[in-house]
Parts: sequence; structure tokens; C-alpha cells
Amino acid sequence: MIRRILTRIGTSVLVLWGAVTVSFTALHLTPGNVVDVLIGSSIVTPEVRAQIIADYGLDAPLPVQYATYLGRVLRGDLGQSYQLHESVATAIGTQLGPSIQLAGAALLVAVVAATTLALLTARRKRWIRGLSSGLELIGVSIPTFWAAILLLTVFSFQLGWFPAVGDDSGSSLVLPVIAVAIPITTMLTQLMRESLELTLEEPFVLTARSRGMSDLGVRLRHALRHALVPAVTLLGWVIGLMVGSMVAVEQIFSRQGIGQLTLTAVSGKDLPVVMGVVLVTALLYVVVNILIDLLYLVIDPRLRSAA
Amino acid sequence: MTEPVVEVTDLHVSFGTLEAVRGISFAVHPGECVAIVGESGSGKSVTARTLLGLAGEEARVRAGALRVDGVDTSGFSERQWRSIRGRRIGFVLQDALVSLDSLRPVGKEIAETLRLHRAVPRAAIPGRVLELLEEVGVPEPEQRARQYPHELSGGLRQRALIASAIACHPRLLIADEPTTALDVTVQAQILRLLAERRRGGTALLLISHDLAVVAELADRILVMKDGVVVESGPADQVLREPEHPYTRGLLAAIPTEESKGARLSATTAPEVRRAPPGEVVIEARDLAKSFKGRAAVDGVSFELRAGETLGIVGESGSGKTTTARLVLGLLAPDRGSVEIDGQPWAGLTARRKRELRRHIQVIYQDPLSSFDPRFSVRRILDEALDVGGEPRATRRDRAVELLEQVGLDASVLERRPLRLSGGQRQRVAIARALAPRPRVIVCDEPVSALDVSIQAQVLDLLTDLQAELGVAYLFISHHLGVVHHVSDRVLVMKDGRVVESGDVRQVLTAPAAGYTRELLAAVPRLDTTAPLVRRAS
Amino acid sequence: MKARVGVGAASVTLALITLAALAPALLVDGTPDQADALAALEGPSADHLFGTDANGRDVFTRIVYGAAPSLLAGLGATALAVAVGTALGLLAALGGRALDEIVMRLVEVVLALPTLLLALLVITITGPGTVNVILAIALYTAPSYARLVRAQTMVIRRAGFVEAATSLGLGQGRIILRHVLPNAFAPLLVLATIEVGTALVAAASLSYLGLGPQPPAPEWGAMLSGGRDYFSVAWWIAIFPGVAITLTVLSITVVGRHLQRLVEGRTS
Repeated sequence: MIRRILTRIGTSVLVLWGAVTVSFTALHLTPGNVVDVLIGSSIVTPEVRAQIIADYGLDAPLPVQYATYLGRVLRGDLGQSYQLHESVATAIGTQLGPSIQLAGAALLVAVVAATTLALLTARRKRWIRGLSSGLELIGVSIPTFWAAILLLTVFSFQLGWFPAVGDDSGSSLVLPVIAVAIPITTMLTQLMRESLELTLEEPFVLTARSRGMSDLGVRLRHALRHALVPAVTLLGWVIGLMVGSMVAVEQIFSRQGIGQLTLTAVSGKDLPVVMGVVLVTALLYVVVNILIDLLYLVIDPRLRSAA
Repeated sequence: MTEPVVEVTDLHVSFGTLEAVRGISFAVHPGECVAIVGESGSGKSVTARTLLGLAGEEARVRAGALRVDGVDTSGFSERQWRSIRGRRIGFVLQDALVSLDSLRPVGKEIAETLRLHRAVPRAAIPGRVLELLEEVGVPEPEQRARQYPHELSGGLRQRALIASAIACHPRLLIADEPTTALDVTVQAQILRLLAERRRGGTALLLISHDLAVVAELADRILVMKDGVVVESGPADQVLREPEHPYTRGLLAAIPTEESKGARLSATTAPEVRRAPPGEVVIEARDLAKSFKGRAAVDGVSFELRAGETLGIVGESGSGKTTTARLVLGLLAPDRGSVEIDGQPWAGLTARRKRELRRHIQVIYQDPLSSFDPRFSVRRILDEALDVGGEPRATRRDRAVELLEQVGLDASVLERRPLRLSGGQRQRVAIARALAPRPRVIVCDEPVSALDVSIQAQVLDLLTDLQAELGVAYLFISHHLGVVHHVSDRVLVMKDGRVVESGDVRQVLTAPAAGYTRELLAAVPRLDTTAPLVRRAS
Repeated sequence: MKARVGVGAASVTLALITLAALAPALLVDGTPDQADALAALEGPSADHLFGTDANGRDVFTRIVYGAAPSLLAGLGATALAVAVGTALGLLAALGGRALDEIVMRLVEVVLALPTLLLALLVITITGPGTVNVILAIALYTAPSYARLVRAQTMVIRRAGFVEAATSLGLGQGRIILRHVLPNAFAPLLVLATIEVGTALVAAASLSYLGLGPQPPAPEWGAMLSGGRDYFSVAWWIAIFPGVAITLTVLSITVVGRHLQRLVEGRTS
């Protein structure tokens, strides 16, 4: 058990170190002088240029530059955005709130919807399964950004039910959450239904039924827990997916957030911000994965004694 | 006579166009054990499940009468079925490792039955669970109740499964292959436990493929084949004076000490006399191998001569399969050596090893997984013949010849193993093993996954091939009867060590070691005058 | 039966899209850049099946001409990712422990970064454009193929039939070539088929964000991007390019899953 967590922490450190290295490499792979790359398209005074060279140790040999960069990141210093005129950490910090709100709501909706759908449709009559797998097919095929555009066009522009822009009210959250939740819901539903169906074939399900348990009881008390194991595995991946879809969704619904920040940075070649977002999401990924490991231990006792 | 607990007349169960059960009738009285015996596909398990209303959604059930505890269950709603499951009928499946929920402690599983039927007040449930565990002979029930199935031994978790089935003291207990996944000594304990329940007045419906297990417990036996009862009657009568040819065939197919030298299946033997054992082909000296500090094999020595069969018998974890892998040169021993034809594995180059492998071939318990799923039978044999140095031009003819040797014909050549029956697959595996003309074939549980009648054919085939080709067998099995039937000499293994070895008749009829005696005592026998369960009690 | 109808419809759709990609002139008369300022933002009609955009260009013609760049991005990125991923996966599985550690750590690092974000990082460095989009998507999808190839290879190396081939006396090289690789690849190729759809969506997303082919290229994602300001007044600009993407991906998924079932039915 302790060993497993230690291994996980070791891997996590490695992943973070790798992400820093990827960022550093990106900085140096970008064509042009590193100072110009860091500044992007903004115009700065010679004093600022000198400051950048000093901060990043750009006059030192590459290994020293690397060490300097690593040290800065370790201290939580993600650098300066010369376009936003503020530190990258501050920029990300102020934009994190609305994004987490959106992501959290979408994840909650997706998990609840997927669990319900999977429980209702697993090993049901053919037409129910057909209908639901048809909807899932559309769900996985539809690009998130277009789903967002559709929702906007239909529910805001045509029907006028929800505001088309902004992030000040609860109702403005509804459409973005749906857009972000669609692909996650369909993936989770497919996965959970598949594992539920496999589980319901297991002998222990027959045993439970032979005790007089109802079909629904068996699904809720026995099978669901088994179906959760693969779903939990997918969580880490889902986080990555959400960060990606939020870029488009925040832009379409004109919401503040990390996605919007990243997109502006990419268009403006503001590399420090892009690098900062990459590092922060890598950290998020690592934390989520540690949580997933702990979650496994809660769900599956076999892992507890194996550890 | 008292009223029967279960009464079934003219039961039909069909799935789509397939009629799995075609008009069977039987009754079970309190304190009586009725056994349904049959091979796979006979309809025995479907029958058992139908009594619980669990034959499946696609099943169509029709019966003259289907009475449980005096209540007519025909036209029962799901709710009504639920009220009798677990309360009036208990159900025990094989292998508690998969028949109990692996993510819940066993105590909760037992409590579930009590809770569903409100058998005792909620507060009294934990205490009742402990009583039940004690009742089925689980020591330290408080600790065990909190453990998960994988933390318990095979015997203990099977007891826990039984405890969950009898929690509400059902008048009928249905046991579907309750001991099939267990080692023979544990099997004996579970059979005793079931016998105890019966003595307490519970009616027992036992479903099994194994006539010997059935002989231990049953008062009456029904023999099923293709959905029909071909023979039924008191156990003694069915086992001793079977009337139906199918029953007779089944009984004759069981390998035992008595069957040695005789044929098990109804095929005729070729007129070949077995040659006496020749020179040594395998010499194993003081083999030892541990995994993660646990000794899997420790100090095993034996020799095998051309044309003879050496059996290795033992329960799970005894080191049989590790020994086989050491002999095959797939594992390197920590200590000791294996010589094939006087040539040790150790120190050979990869190339020389490959050449040596030709002389020692292997067949497995699960032939299907030993075939590349993309390969047809023709390609499987072609590859083996190629290894054996057969020129390309004659390979097809040789392949057909090999298939004929194992009782198949050229029509299976283009088929994939997935489309063959279990018996056919094992025959193809044997043909492949024979292709490079080996001196030895290692047989690792080669018939354990087969029905008795198929097992009989495969064992007969192996015997014939030995007489014909003079090949030696290292025959590994957990089944004492099978080993007794095929082997000349035997090693009895326990915890990685050889407990006893020698001539098979000597070792398995007059054993010197206590463990061998224990094993033999646990083997269920057809001889119903002294069934083990009664012997012991 | 119903499944077969679906597979048939999907195959026909795919055939049509492929035709549009290879020979768009066979399907429509005009060219994608032909603008008619007088007919700007007209709704669907007999003249303009899918309406016109803000510059008066025919949306249907642009969608037909958009098939080539859109498909190319999906196919190109997948092909590149499969090639790189397979090489890395085999290296890890067969190249010994040290190599395995190095490759798999690398893979782990890349997989830890959110997919689209990594693509954005690449494009920040390389600048927008079709080739860069393909590179960006291949970079972040290759590690998952590497992982799959490695896992498959490892599982199959331990499979019963590989042990059987060893004890038969086959050499390691022959076993890998004849038994391990073909069995590891079958599921990979099927997965790659389905993933063409995913890559296509990713490419369209990047185009939509303005990072793919630049205007006036008739790429589907870029068309949506260019029509962004007119969604509230001209729904057809928002609808039809999206339908084209979804329909393509849907068809690829349906056909891919059908192949998957065929392969699985043969092996398990």
C-alpha cells in the first residue's frame, strides 16, 4: 500500500519534471531569439530585455539556463507575460475559478448522467440498447466546438432561452456545461454499460439473484461497483479532454477562463502563458492520478491486501 | 411418505429454437438427495435454474407441474419468485471465488440473504451471520466475516457461499457443481457439509458431471442427456446395474484403478503390443525453483524411459506445473538439472536448445489458448512439421496422416481451432505434438477441461499412440483416477516436494506416505456401499 | 440486421466523402472561392442548396471542396501517429528493460499533458497551417499507440500459443514475426481506423480556433470559424459544415467498429 503510493509519487515527480523539460525545450525549439520568443508580439524597452536575460540566465550555457529555469518553476515562478503585463501565475490564478466551476459542473453532470444511463440500459431490451448506443455514437462523433455552436444557435439565438454570452449568472452556465459534458457522458456511458454487462454475466450475480434480490438491487449493490473500476481509470484522461474542450467552449460562449487565456496566448505567441498552462495542467493531472489511486483502494479490496 | 419439497412434471425449457430441457419429471423429498448427472449441454444446469425462476429472460418454460414447497410456481411473478429464492430454496454454485462478490466481505454476502427476507431483526443480523459461519464449519467467524473472498482458502469461501445459501433455512438446497473447482481433500469436506445439511432434514438437489461425487451423496440419480432423462432410479441401482447404454458408457469412461489396462471409450484398440520401457529419455536431478522466495519446486528427481508413462499427481500449488516447465526447458532451475536424451538444458546455445525441443513436446489443459488464433489447423501442423524438418512437398500428406492418427480427417484442415469442439482441439494439439516425432510428450492436465466421455476417448488415444509410436509421457494431473489409469510409475507431490514415488499400483493402492493416504481417502468412489461421507460420519 | 443497414449507410457516406475529396468537380459545378456579393447570406434554396456565406460563396460547394483538406488532416495525423507509436511501442516491448523504461516514461510525460493543449503548444512554436496541425495531433496521439502496441506485444508474448511455439522449437525471431506482431497489429489497425475520426475532429477544432488552414481555404472547421459572426442571423453557416464533420466521423466510427467486431469474432 505504502509502496504503491510511493511509486505513484515517484512517477508524478517524473511527469512534472518531464513537463518542465518539454516547456524548456519548446522555448528553445521556437525559431528566433529566445528573448523575442518570450516577449512575443509586444514591444518592450531595452531595460526589460536586459531583465529577461538576467531572469532566465540567457547569457549562460544551456545546462545552466535549464537549471535556472527548473529552479524558477520549483519556486512557483512561472515567468512574466509581457503582453498581459502581469506574471503568468497571476494570470492563471485569476482565470482558474470560472474554468474549475465549468469543469466541475460538467464532470458532475457527466458522471450522474452516465451512471444512470448505464444502469438503465445495460442488458435491456434490444431497442433500448439500440437507441442508446445510437445516441452515444452521435455523442462521440460530434465535435465539442460544434455542439457548443449548435446549442448557442438553437437555444440562445433561435429560442432565446439562455444568454448567449457572459458568465455572471447560473443560467449562463447551462449551455457550456452541456457542451463540455456531452463527450464525457457518452464515453463514460459506453464504458460503464460494457463493464456492467460483463459483470451481470458473472456467477456472483446469479448467486445474488438466487438469494431473492431484485434485478435493480443487484445492479445497484453489486454490479455498479465493479463497473466503476474502469470508469475511474478514465478520469485522468477525462481531465485532459475537458481542458481541451474548454478552449473552444469558453471562446464560443465568451466566458472567462483558462481556455480563453490559452487561446489568446497562442494567437498572440505569448509562450510564457502557454508554458504556464501546460505546467499547471500537468500538476492537475498528477494530483488527479494520485486521487484515482486512492479511489481504487476504496473500491477494490483486492488491491488493499495486495499492497 | 411426506410431501415432496419440489415436484416437477414434464418440464420443458427452450431458448429460441433450442430446446434445452425436453419433458423431465422428478421430485425431491425432505432429507433426500436427488442428483442430476450429465455432461455439458445436457440441460442439468438449466433445470436447476428453472426451479428458481432464473433460467433467463429468453427462456420459455412449460411444465405440467412445478411445485416448490407445496406452492405452484407456474405463472409466478418476479416478485413472487423473489420471495421464495433464498427463503425456500438455497442455491450454491461452483467456485466461490467468482460466485461471491469479490468487492464485498463474505459476512455482508451472508447478511444479504437475511436482510432481503427479514429473517431476523436487523440488529440481530451480525450475530446470526457469525452463527451461520460457525454452523458451516468456518473457524474464527468474527475475523472471517470481515474478510473478502480472495483472502479465504477455497474450502472456507465455499463454506461461506453455502452459509449465504442456507441463511434462511430453506427446505431445499440446490448445489450446481458445488465442488468442481476444489482440490480433492477440500471437496471431501464440502461433501460432508452437504451431507450434514441433508441429515438435518434439508432436501438436496445436486447437479454434477461427476458420477463419483454423486455416488457419495445421492439417494436417487437422474442421468440427463440432450435435455432428456435417459435413466433414473435409486443411486445403487443406477450405479451398479445401469440399464441405459449411455449410463453404462459414462460409468465405463471413468478412469480408476480398476479401469487400468482396459479401454474407457467404446472404440476398438489397434492390434499393437506395448514394448517394454527402453532407455532413459528424461533425467531430472534434484530440481529446485523458487518464485519470490517461495519454493515452488524443491528437490525433485526422477527419470523417464522411452515408451513409459510417469504420472505426477498433486493438488493445486504442489509444484506440478513448475516441474513441467523446468523439464521443458522453459524455466531455468535454481538448482539441479534436466537432461533430455542425455543432453542437459543448461549451457546450451539458443540454437541447440531449439533442436533439443523437438524431442520433447507438450500438450496443455486448454488447447485453444495454445493455438495462434489466426492459424488454421493446416498452418498449425505445417509449422510443427517444419520444425521437425519435414520437407515442404510432403507436409500436407504428413498433416493428413497425423490427423488420421489422432482420429480426425482432412476436413478439419482449413478450420480454425475456435470452430472445433473441445475434444477435437485436444486431438489437434496431440497431432501437433507428434509432428516433430518427439521422444517425450509432457501432458499438463490434458483432460481436465473435457467431459468424461471425451476424456475417455483422449486417454484411449494417448494409450494407443504410445503403443504404436513408443513415445514416453510425463503425465501431470490432479485427478488420481486418471493418473492411476494411464501411468506406469507415479510421483506424488505436495508443496513442491515429492512425497512418495514408485510403481503406480503400489503407490496408489498401498501408499506409504500419510499424505498419499489422505488424498486417496478423499477421492470419491463409485462404490456406494461405503461412501466417504458415510464412512467419515 | 439493423446493424448491417447502418454499416451499409456508413460505407456509402464514406464513399461519397472520399469521392468529394478526390474529385470534387464531379459533384459540383462552381469553385469554392466563387463569390457573389449580391447573394450574400442567402438561406438554403434550389440555387444554393446549403445557402451562401457572408461573401456570397455557395456553402455546399465549399463543403464538397472542404472534404480533401479535412480528411487529409485526420488521415495524415493518424498515419504518422501509428507509425511513430508502433516504432516506439515495439522498441519498448522488445528492446530490453532500459529502453522500455526510457520510452515509457517519455510516453507517460506526454500523456500527462492535455491533448489539445499540447497541440496548442506545438502550434505556438510552429505557427498555424495544415502540416503543423497534422504534426501537432500526431505528437499527442502517438504515445497512446506506443502504449497500446507495447501492452499488446507484452500480453501476446506471454500468451499460451507463444509458449507453445517456443516449446515446439521455433526461434525467437520467427515467433515474434509470425505470432507476436500479426496478433498485436490486428487490433491496432482497427483502432487506428476509428481514431481517424477523432483526429479529424481534433484537426477541425484547431482550424476552428484559427490555427489550421487559413482563409479562404474551404476546410470545414475553418468555415465555421469564418462564419462565427453570422450564426445569429444565418443558421445554415453554423449547421452544414458541422453536419459534414459529424457525419464523416460517425461513418468512420460505424465502419471501424464493424471491423473491430469482425476481428474480435475471429480471434476470441
